Amino acid sequence: MSNTQFTPSITSRPVYPGLTSLGNVPAIMIADASGQEALKELAAADSSVMDQAHVLLVTTSPALADKLQDLRPASIETVSDLDAAVPSFERLLSTAKMGTQLYLAGSEGLIGFFSARALGSGLPQEAIQSEHRGPISRRMQCVHCKGVTEDVTTDPFTCSHCGLTLFVRDHFSRRLGVFQGVCVDAEVPGEVPETEEIQP
Amino acid sequence: MTMQFNEETFRGDYTYFNSPAAIRRFPFPFDQDAYMYSVNIEQHPGGPEGSPFEFAFDVDEHYVAEMQDRAITLAGDPMRCQSLPHMELAGWDLLEAIMVAKARDYPDLFSLTIDGDTWHWINRPMGIDDTFTFLDPATLPYPPLEYITRQAQGDFALLHERDGNLWLDAGMVTSQADWSLDFDVGMNFFEWHAPVPKAGKMGVFDKALKFLLAMNQGQSYRRLNWTMTVNPRLDTSPENYHKWGPEKRTVTPENVGQKQFVRVELQTFWRLPRSNALAFPIRCYLANLEDICTYPKWGRRLHRVLRDIDPDLADYKGFAVNQEIIVNYLAQFDDGAPTSPGIFPVDQEG
Amino acid sequence: MISKLNLKVVEIEDLSPLVKRFRFEDPDKAALPVFSGGAHVSVEMPDGEMLRHNSYSLISDPYDATGYEIAVRREDQGRGGSKFMHEKVAVGDILKLSMPANLFQLDLRAKKHVLIGGGIGITPFLSQMRQLEMHGQAYELHYATHSREEAAGLALLPEAAHIHVHISEDGSRMDLGAMLADQPLGCHVYTCGPEGLIAAVAEQAAMLGWPATSVHSEAFTAPPPGAPFEVTIASTGQVVPVAANQSLLEALEAASVVVDYSCRGGGCGRCETTVTSCDGDIEHNDFWLSKEERAEKKKIMPCMSRFKGLALVLDL
Ligand code: FES
Repeated sequence: MSNTQFTPSITSRPVYPGLTSLGNVPAIMIADASGQEALKELAAADSSVMDQAHVLLVTTSPALADKLQDLRPASIETVSDLDAAVPSFERLLSTAKMGTQLYLAGSEGLIGFFSARALGSGLPQEAIQSEHRGPISRRMQCVHCKGVTEDVTTDPFTCSHCGLTLFVRDHFSRRLGVFQGVCVDAEVPGEVPETEEIQP
Repeated sequence: MTMQFNEETFRGDYTYFNSPAAIRRFPFPFDQDAYMYSVNIEQHPGGPEGSPFEFAFDVDEHYVAEMQDRAITLAGDPMRCQSLPHMELAGWDLLEAIMVAKARDYPDLFSLTIDGDTWHWINRPMGIDDTFTFLDPATLPYPPLEYITRQAQGDFALLHERDGNLWLDAGMVTSQADWSLDFDVGMNFFEWHAPVPKAGKMGVFDKALKFLLAMNQGQSYRRLNWTMTVNPRLDTSPENYHKWGPEKRTVTPENVGQKQFVRVELQTFWRLPRSNALAFPIRCYLANLEDICTYPKWGRRLHRVLRDIDPDLADYKGFAVNQEIIVNYLAQFDDGAPTSPGIFPVDQEG
Repeated sequence: MISKLNLKVVEIEDLSPLVKRFRFEDPDKAALPVFSGGAHVSVEMPDGEMLRHNSYSLISDPYDATGYEIAVRREDQGRGGSKFMHEKVAVGDILKLSMPANLFQLDLRAKKHVLIGGGIGITPFLSQMRQLEMHGQAYELHYATHSREEAAGLALLPEAAHIHVHISEDGSRMDLGAMLADQPLGCHVYTCGPEGLIAAVAEQAAMLGWPATSVHSEAFTAPPPGAPFEVTIASTGQVVPVAANQSLLEALEAASVVVDYSCRGGGCGRCETTVTSCDGDIEHNDFWLSKEERAEKKKIMPCMSRFKGLALVLDL
């Protein structure tokens, strides 16, 4: 497994170039079960990257954290989902200094979610590295009700908040960390194209 | 001459109308018989007396009704006006630019008296009379951007300059051509324009960005853009697409002349003094095909432009589904005669 | 479209043996456009046959519409612009100034600003400081200079805990490492002064992992003198001579060839001109063109750059 290659798209669609070590500098690393492989590869290429790294692992299987311990990060914490990671992440950001790097690895949803929060706290975009691992799914925001539907894998899909059928755009907001979903049958209600799997 | 303001609506029963004088001054967007995406920038303000180009911020017969429509939209969705925290200063800059220009250009409608930091603003058409302290948001009923753009026609984007790019970091957007401020706020120039077909590839945005970044205080420019809207609706937002979308399919050969509107954006660009941000007002003018075809030159030209347009653009401009009905209707106004250059409906003397 | 302001010199003050402060006001006391911290104006200097322009940072309160102030350091090796200001300009004279423009604006998103001025490079920070104070934003300022005698900035800086003066003669040098090591997320650093200082700050910041977008700088913006040369105008065949102490842009203007401009300091891109043919070397002194563009020899920035060689034809 390696960094997912996405088809080139419009400028607002984020790209995930993959993680490269900036060496022994203050770092925050966040990964999910698929993304933790990327952290292992990062550490294998340069073990010093872990010396000042605080790792947040988003997973429901605590065994994964034990394996990451071997990489000797400065700290490691396991949280069950994205929202549960927020308090720890904000605590790390509040004491972080300029020069801190944020390494994100995993789903598009995870990358978008934490990038948006980091930017809001003043971390510059250029200090964020990301690598996509695991299944292709998106965090979609419904442009109509503004509700966010996690882990969307089909186009169109049903908004989990207002129930409208939405098509999946490549237009992405870094501020919100979401792709845009727009009503697919607005002009002729009920005229819905066939559902397809989202492709990379 | 005191202006008469129309009583009209931009939703529901759609009683919007243009007086003959409003049609005469409609900013018809095509200066030749074909449409090409281009940057087409000129200095602003400046243009024939009575035209929408004459003054910095044009006020016309739709002013009061448009502001009422904006208030309705905002009541339903306050996120149509947004300002990231660092943009408050740019909001004050814009407030100053609009107040100063309106009080100067329309003295019988607006007045501004400045005494040190104490500003006294009177907006007669809207019945507003406020005294406030400049740069102190606590003295206004709304943040400065929202306060002034509840009193100024058109959408407004405020762009922050950094890293050799422009960032859409604040705006008031209630009459947009199908883009969401709430989603796009915080994007840079290229991200924000990403959904526009073709233009990116043609390098139009690189050039436009270079031009905008080089703009200084004291310089201001305009360009016209256009799209097509069914019914005189200002709020054609993606937020409400599921509500207005069905209207797009109600066009018939019988009603197309009244129902199909050409929607023109008069976009202007200003460098603001204290924030060094750019203001990008996007003023919307609506005229239906019947109105436009009262001028033979416009009727002929509109027929040729819409008949021959690139299919991708017809789609992006939102009228591909109705293109055939529109073009068939317009054909009756095109006798094949040549049209004169320029956008004005009858040739200017001299 | 360049709107100009005709302003009267109302005060001239010696800040140091080499630096003078000038204050300009409207002759009828009309309000001037206010501006943003870090903005500059370009001053027209009619010196005999020659019309020169130099850009200077505004050092006065950016929100004060009653007047503009600049500080001019006398550069005896320069083209003569600063010498003109020092020797020929008197109180009561009327000079033409451009509208304020800003290539060195504060990033008002910053959680904190670190301002570093070397020598006369202190000037843009004087207006920035006032803007930051006005909006209650966190900042610290470091002013580095050789000697107390030359420290023109001292007269203009308030005494405060967040204002640090480093005089190398007194053995007080800036420790860039310490200054940048402990800054909070969202901090921005701004440097103005000699190229060496700008490079040192950029290097230190990069070493500490600061992204380049948080590191800002403005170099001095006067066009350098050089050997005389000639250019040919492609459309007319006209040959325009450029004197040693004249910029190419000034020479084109003297020959009534119209070129758009704004900063006259190689930073805004406005004067970018296409080269029709070039038999020789362009001395690129601007901050606008990329390395690749320079190598191609297809573009020149006439406000700053010069030419050495057999023939340079401009697409004008
Ligand atoms: S005038 Fe600004 S780069 Fe030449």
